[in-house]
Amino acid sequence: MALPQTIPLLGWAWDDLLFLLLSGVMLGAAVFVVIGRDIIRSGLSMILAFAALAGIYVLLGAVIVAAAQVLIYIGAISVLILFAIMLTQTKGGPAGLVFHRQSWAGALAAIGLALLLVMAIINTQWPQAVAERLWSATTEIALLLFGDSLYILGLQVIAVLLTAAVIGGVFLAKREDQPDPGDRERPELTSRRRPSILEQTPPPRTPVPPPQAERSYSTEAEQP
Amino acid sequence: MSQSLDAYLILSALLFSIGTFGFLARRNAIAMLMSIELMLNAVNLAVIAFGAFTPALQAHAALIALFVMAVAAAEATVGLAIVIAIFRNRRTPLVDEYTSMRD
Repeated sequence: MALPQTIPLLGWAWDDLLFLLLSGVMLGAAVFVVIGRDIIRSGLSMILAFAALAGIYVLLGAVIVAAAQVLIYIGAISVLILFAIMLTQTKGGPAGLVFHRQSWAGALAAIGLALLLVMAIINTQWPQAVAERLWSATTEIALLLFGDSLYILGLQVIAVLLTAAVIGGVFLAKREDQPDPGDRERPELTSRRRPSILEQTPPPRTPVPPPQAERSYSTEAEQP
Repeated sequence: MSQSLDAYLILSALLFSIGTFGFLARRNAIAMLMSIELMLNAVNLAVIAFGAFTPALQAHAALIALFVMAVAAAEATVGLAIVIAIFRNRRTPLVDEYTSMRD
């Protein structure tokens, strides 16, 4: 069954409908990422925004980039972020403020930036759509990346950067074998405006913590 | 609509602004990192859109986007490791409670 050339009732091209749908989903998911109170839901809706963006890449003819988007962003970075969220969740987090107190300045800056960019885009003559769009530039990408061009240097720099990032990430996230409990009591946090974060959540300090020891630790912290 | 570069660029600008607001306004460090990912995605969308409307640049645009993705992956790795390391010390992911250098 062949689809008609345009959408029957509206008279749009199918690409336009796809573009509207994908961009609407992407912008909505991105807004929810930013304003969502529950950070886990923010992370999940970030995956939705990435997926819609992969669809937009396909609409633009960049199939390789869309595949890389699915693999890297949805597959790797989202899982990394979700694990980081699970490792750093506190009970006081969702109950507290989502935004800073000065977030109105951030909102003003973002709106100003959006207006500036949109005005600059509208007031510029851009190249119009080409007649035939190259649908898959895979061969050209491979020749550019591994042939006689400067991108081979970029490839090697990226390789070094990724290696350094892996080593740095392991080094930063590694915990010491014998954590010294003396400097971790942090008495300055208990006199903060929101001491409930420290008191309400018994912090899991070691990978397999005995829960009684944890509770006794938090009561010790409350006693003075 | 999907045949004009303006639509893609405006979409990219809106996504970048949303990411900017999230980075400036959120208190959670991981939400700030997610906002940075949104901004990087917006830049990628702009690059790919430019490439799609200039046929001589299509492969270059795809390569630049792939490089940006690799850098974003490295940035996410190191950034989340830093957040986890700070969380282990401070017991909170909220950036406005990281005040030990101010006090």
